[in-house]
Amino acid sequence: MIPRFVNIGERTNVAGSARFRKLIIAEDYEGALEVARQQAINGAQILDINMDEGMLDGEAAMVRFLRLIAAEPDISRIPVMIDSSKWSVIEAGLKNVQGKCIANSISLKEGEEIFLEQADLVRRYGAAVVVMAFDENGQAETASRKVGICARSYKLLMDEVGFPPEDIIFDPNIFAVATGIEEHNDYAIAFIEATRRIKAELPHTHVSGGVSNVSFSFRGNDRVRSAMHSVFLYHAIQAGMDMGIVNAGQLPIYEQIPTGLKNRIEDVLFNRRDDATERLLEVAENHRGQLSKPNEGDMSWRKNDVAARIKYALVRGIGDFIVQDTEEARLVADRPLHVIEGPLMAGMNEVGDLFGAGKMFLPQVVKSARVMKQAVAHLTPFMENEKCSDGGVANKAGKIVMATVKGDVHDIGKNIVSVVLQCNNYEVVDLGVMVPCIDIIETAKRESADMIGLSGLITPSLEEMRIVAKEMARADIGVPLLIGGATTSRVHTAVKITPNYTGATVHVTDASKAVGVMGNLLSAEHRDEFLAKISNEYEKIRDKHASDGRKSTKQALEKARANKLEIDWSSYKPPQPKYFGVRSFDNYDLSTVVRYVDWDPFFQAWELAGKFPKILEDEVVGAAAQDLYRDARSMLSQIVEEGWFNARAVIGLWPANSVEDDDIVVFSDDSRTTELARLHTLRQQMTRDRRRANYALADFVAPLDSGVSDYIGTFVVTSGHGCEEAANRFQSANDDYSAIMVKAIADRLAEAFAEHMHERVRKEFWGYAVDESFENESLIRELYRGIRPAPGYPACPDHTEKQTLFSLLDAESNTGVSLTDNFAMWPGASVCGIYFSHPDSRYFGVGKIELDQVQNYAARKGITVAETERWLASMLNYDREHSVMDAA
Amino acid sequence: MVPDPSLVANAARERILVLDGAMGTMIQGYQLSDADYRGKRFADYPSDLKGANDLLNITQGEVIKEIHSSYLESGADILTTNTFNSNSISMSDYKLERIVRELNIEGARLAREAADNVSTADRPRFVAGALGPTNRTASLSPDVSDPGYRAVTFDEVRATYHEAGAALIEGGVDILLLETVFDTLNAKAALFAFEELFEEHGCRLPVMVSGTITDRSGRTLTGQTIEAFWFSVRHSNPISIGLNCSFGAAQLRPYIAELAAKADCMISAYPNAGLPNEFAEYDEPPEETASHLRTWAEDGLVNFVGGCCGTTPDHIQSIAEAVAGFPPREPPILQQHLRLSGLEAIEVGA
Repeated sequence: MIPRFVNIGERTNVAGSARFRKLIIAEDYEGALEVARQQAINGAQILDINMDEGMLDGEAAMVRFLRLIAAEPDISRIPVMIDSSKWSVIEAGLKNVQGKCIANSISLKEGEEIFLEQADLVRRYGAAVVVMAFDENGQAETASRKVGICARSYKLLMDEVGFPPEDIIFDPNIFAVATGIEEHNDYAIAFIEATRRIKAELPHTHVSGGVSNVSFSFRGNDRVRSAMHSVFLYHAIQAGMDMGIVNAGQLPIYEQIPTGLKNRIEDVLFNRRDDATERLLEVAENHRGQLSKPNEGDMSWRKNDVAARIKYALVRGIGDFIVQDTEEARLVADRPLHVIEGPLMAGMNEVGDLFGAGKMFLPQVVKSARVMKQAVAHLTPFMENEKCSDGGVANKAGKIVMATVKGDVHDIGKNIVSVVLQCNNYEVVDLGVMVPCIDIIETAKRESADMIGLSGLITPSLEEMRIVAKEMARADIGVPLLIGGATTSRVHTAVKITPNYTGATVHVTDASKAVGVMGNLLSAEHRDEFLAKISNEYEKIRDKHASDGRKSTKQALEKARANKLEIDWSSYKPPQPKYFGVRSFDNYDLSTVVRYVDWDPFFQAWELAGKFPKILEDEVVGAAAQDLYRDARSMLSQIVEEGWFNARAVIGLWPANSVEDDDIVVFSDDSRTTELARLHTLRQQMTRDRRRANYALADFVAPLDSGVSDYIGTFVVTSGHGCEEAANRFQSANDDYSAIMVKAIADRLAEAFAEHMHERVRKEFWGYAVDESFENESLIRELYRGIRPAPGYPACPDHTEKQTLFSLLDAESNTGVSLTDNFAMWPGASVCGIYFSHPDSRYFGVGKIELDQVQNYAARKGITVAETERWLASMLNYDREHSVMDAA
Repeated sequence: MVPDPSLVANAARERILVLDGAMGTMIQGYQLSDADYRGKRFADYPSDLKGANDLLNITQGEVIKEIHSSYLESGADILTTNTFNSNSISMSDYKLERIVRELNIEGARLAREAADNVSTADRPRFVAGALGPTNRTASLSPDVSDPGYRAVTFDEVRATYHEAGAALIEGGVDILLLETVFDTLNAKAALFAFEELFEEHGCRLPVMVSGTITDRSGRTLTGQTIEAFWFSVRHSNPISIGLNCSFGAAQLRPYIAELAAKADCMISAYPNAGLPNEFAEYDEPPEETASHLRTWAEDGLVNFVGGCCGTTPDHIQSIAEAVAGFPPREPPILQQHLRLSGLEAIEVGA
């Protein structure tokens, strides 16, 4: 499609954006790229880049930025406009862009010779050109001079250079109006008039301009400024302006600007009355500060009948009119229930079909659900008032009780499944997080649930689910049990849960599968066949698991220790931290953390597959990913700017040495006499030859008997304070989409915060990598020296070690983060771990371990073997003989 | 002699012109030894020269000329010179930068002589001076952790092509063929250099631009769509735009069709002999390659056809027979719109 008007993003301009200028001067190119990315995401079709600033080497900055953009496909997707008043900067830029770009600008201001020379070079570099209405006598202010200069330029370009006319873009100068100087009052008219004549008299050319200039007098009042831009563009586009440098995404729709404001703006732009400026200033005060909403696009769907409008709103997830449309439908329906069963269900069925067919994606479905909930919330009071006994409640397809199990706080996945099931007309009783077994059972009985869904993320939850299944069997509950969550697996379900439960047990990989599974389980027709298939499949998994178990014998702990990572400590001097002990941070500025966000897991949480930022361009999920990303970025800005979360952190740096191969002793000071704590690490027991060591984290710290002074760090960071409150706020406004979003973002911020603090530790507090400089991509790929493994992850799978970290750091009072029964951190958006600095330190997976290590580990920790087995249940390479919980 | 640039265009307007096939595959057939590559002149040259196929222009001129002749016998209208790597950037691998000019002059001369032996007024044979992409890229950093780094600049690439192009013209080529373009910025630097050359020589040669696609995403190595690539080089007014190498004909078809729909110059296409088999060899039989190209001709997609990796005189013969009789594609007249591109294309109406 050929657009009628092209938006040129204006924010990557050091002369026009204070923020961008600061980033470039500080050489924060990562941040500067983010500005460019925002422009592209918000709909800029061309990116204007300007580095004209006295403090800068403009050529170098232009070249560097263009080269960096080339490595960012979500930005370099669109063409660039190289914007400078210096030819040398433009030429340097033209040599660094593979696409067909635009040189902005050349003009006759220094005479014909230079003009022609530059135009000829632009053509040879293969670019289009912006020609300013500027000649030897200065910038043109009146329409006739603007047109005169453009016509003269046109003729020269055509006759002397052979420049293709369609590659010429005239900029007839947009100047500020309402400045208080009378001669300026006609500037907008002059531009629009000149545009009309250029388009008529100079065939195939284009007209562009820097739109923000027109409202320069209203600096500080963004609402009035963006309204002025919209009104100005509305008229200029009609006159033929076909490109404009604008703040993409910040233009309100002309029709939606309040009439009073619009009239006064038009009075100013068209110089219609002497007091136009004063009158606009009057209303401007009322509109101060409120930012305009991004362009919502085509509104023609509002002309359809009410059922079609409801369906459209549901499928597109547009909530703006849903209450009004639902009310309209209610007024013509016999009963409010019929609105649900009629147009609302029709819309949701469409959503379900599109989701099932892979044409809609999870974030979109959750948005649709939000609209549905708003509609139902509007109807509920009417249904309650209805004195009808013959069933005022909509027929549900089935009822499920959902819970995140005891000791676990992670619920994003569970919430998504809940929403998707509700969209598909299931009733969901959601018990929330950290739900004790007994509550699940009692609720299921009381509600006569058709099904129970258990979720969890941390490894102890796997064990917890097994216990719930066992208890359910004992309580004679036979309804199907669904198992889900990041660490769950089909194998775990088949091997550990199914044998403990009397009813059907099904592992559900993700939300998109949940609907199908529910449907099959509740269908009289398909149920038996489905269950037979599952049971057959799980039987096979169990058999395979049993035989695999015999194959993968491990080596004895002693042998594994003999093959530990050998570091030559005699030739290595560990870096000494700048200080010892604990430092805490409260109300940490999250704006410095945002750039460390790794977006891949965010898209995974929403079940969108692909690597960021490529995912935004993905043929299949690209559009959904872009919408989701836009919503996330917008919420992220709000979170940061409005301080929704209190980010807190505590770090500690300690003298430490390894002892007895696998433990790390933490000392109070460098005399190494007082032991503060002892961290226990687990060692790989897979069969290995000498070429690859059997790792334990303790290998990365110098042994006490080596006499080498070594150190470790410990940390807890959280971005979760305030998250639950925000999520509840959204939830009570029937906005599951935002409730899930805010949690997903909090999780990302916690990881980003951990990454950021790790960088500060390396560069500043421990200070062993003062000169390190990495782009975010390298941080995510962990190219720096040192690691920060977290308890519960593959290198140190034992969650109970968190307890040691927490007491060492006094983390509960320093960060407000606490540990649950099963050692999950609350709030969930928290990260804790250990810092290691040795250049050979690396992440690894401990893998399965044998009874000999469990016994040894239990003795070192001073707990029973049975308890150890409980915490490490998912990593035992043998069948447990003892278990405290089984006996309970 | 200054060639008449309108001859190629006139011939191409009359019929589909056939390019030759692979040079490397044919050279392999001669099983040349290291000593053969070196000849007398480079016998004691310190670098490893095995595989420096372009060097054969100097050391084994007769072999190259024989290959050219066999393609002419098979029905090729246009020979491409054996100069794919004859530029200072690629030749630095062999420390042979200093003989770049000679490699190109000799390469052009060998093809010129072979062509002139059989050329007639009715059926002229042409020589296209082949200029490969060099082995560096001006648009991308070779170092993933330093995306702002560049191993080569626009001006370096431009100087490289200026040297090679000047020598090809001096050696008597009719066409400059910028082929296997994987980085459009490299190509733009080459086109800039060609413009300088034409100015210096006081005449314009037809320029053929031929890109290559990296994978089934249909993009160049540096990420551009086909349309974006075309918009980026259109300012040079090439006689043709096209694709070579990439895949076999079957897989290349949609991209050629896309170019044919969007380009207002002629279209060239010379695919590989199918996709490489498990031994990384191209083994598509000539009839099969030819049958694909026949449908392209039938559907009016092409003006120049030929073969790339793995194609032989037999392929060229089959292709020439397959496309004979079909009229060449008529380039469409495009609206005078502003056409811009980043990795993707955008068109702005007037």
